[in-house]
Amino acid sequence: MSALAHVFEAEGLSTIVLASMKEVAERMMPPRTLYCEFPLGRPLGRPDDVELQLDVLNRALALLDSDEPVFETHPLVIESEETPLACSIPPRFDAALPPAVDEAQGLRAAYDRSVDARGVTSVGRAIDADTVVEALDVLHQWAEGSSWKETPLPGKITIAVCHDIRAYYTEAALELAAGPAPGARAVESWFYTETEAGKAMMAARTQLKEQGAPFPFWFYMAPAHR
Amino acid sequence: MTGGDAAMRSYGAQQPVPTFEDPAFTKLDKPLSQARVAIVTSAALHRPDQDRFAPADSGFRALDRADRNIVMGHWSPNFDHSGFQLDINVVYPIDRLEELAAQGVIGDVSPRHFAFAGNQPETVSELRLDTGPACAKEMLADAVDVVVLTPV
Repeated sequence: MSALAHVFEAEGLSTIVLASMKEVAERMMPPRTLYCEFPLGRPLGRPDDVELQLDVLNRALALLDSDEPVFETHPLVIESEETPLACSIPPRFDAALPPAVDEAQGLRAAYDRSVDARGVTSVGRAIDADTVVEALDVLHQWAEGSSWKETPLPGKITIAVCHDIRAYYTEAALELAAGPAPGARAVESWFYTETEAGKAMMAARTQLKEQGAPFPFWFYMAPAHR
Repeated sequence: MTGGDAAMRSYGAQQPVPTFEDPAFTKLDKPLSQARVAIVTSAALHRPDQDRFAPADSGFRALDRADRNIVMGHWSPNFDHSGFQLDINVVYPIDRLEELAAQGVIGDVSPRHFAFAGNQPETVSELRLDTGPACAKEMLADAVDVVVLTPV
């Protein structure tokens, strides 16, 4: 973002960066910076909070009054929510299936409602929603010790497939969870600590690492701090 | 600050950054109430009908002012994606910009807005020499004055 700001200014545009990483912005010093210590992935603060989003934009636009480079910090700090989202997981339906496969099938109706309501889905990077259960079945096999070379993953690229699985779960969970918009990372926390899919993904990741799979192949299957 | 955000901010603080000698500073030469504003985001946003962002994609996608059915194609698993699912304005404040234009705070909303992918190679040389200037020219063609840059 800061690099683009410098490029755009050189072309004759006036820019303002809503920075999310303080030290990076301080070192790159774009012409006008509003640093916001908000959850990463939510640069305007909170979903559906019109007042706060307008406040952030108004403070950003006010920096255009300065005749020299300017760096300001938004007074509000918003922390991510590390507590898992309260979202019920479908009960076990078919005990013959791997738990994650059974669970993903149980979430399909909620996922479909979300797509109908939003008109768009983030699933589809490498696999579509119909293939999510098949991909989870392979992650389950990897987690159980199957060779990643001999048991191919539909969609092939682990990072893309994991994004698709997480998107499927996120969209279903946001459809199922009642109440106000959850804090950042509440859905992530729910996915990795409470769902069978999240557990299978982490276990598969560990197995890939132990089987000597290339670093990018397993590392980006989950957030780095997990 | 704890958890994933703290870990990422701490990681980011230690990463090398590209340097810009004699950075330009373009002062807005008209009142904000007459200025046309565009959003440029590094969230790798695109419409479903547009090409997806490849890993380390240094290109950009143009979003029309009216587009709302947008997906986030960023490759990093290290930030929250759920906020955008709930309200695209938390990353891409297009409705807020429309409101500011209706209030007369800004002059106008640009007909097009642009998305890059934030996960760029360290040197960002393609961005600096090629796709960044190309995006600027698109915005100048749209008579844009001010760019609000939003990260994820």
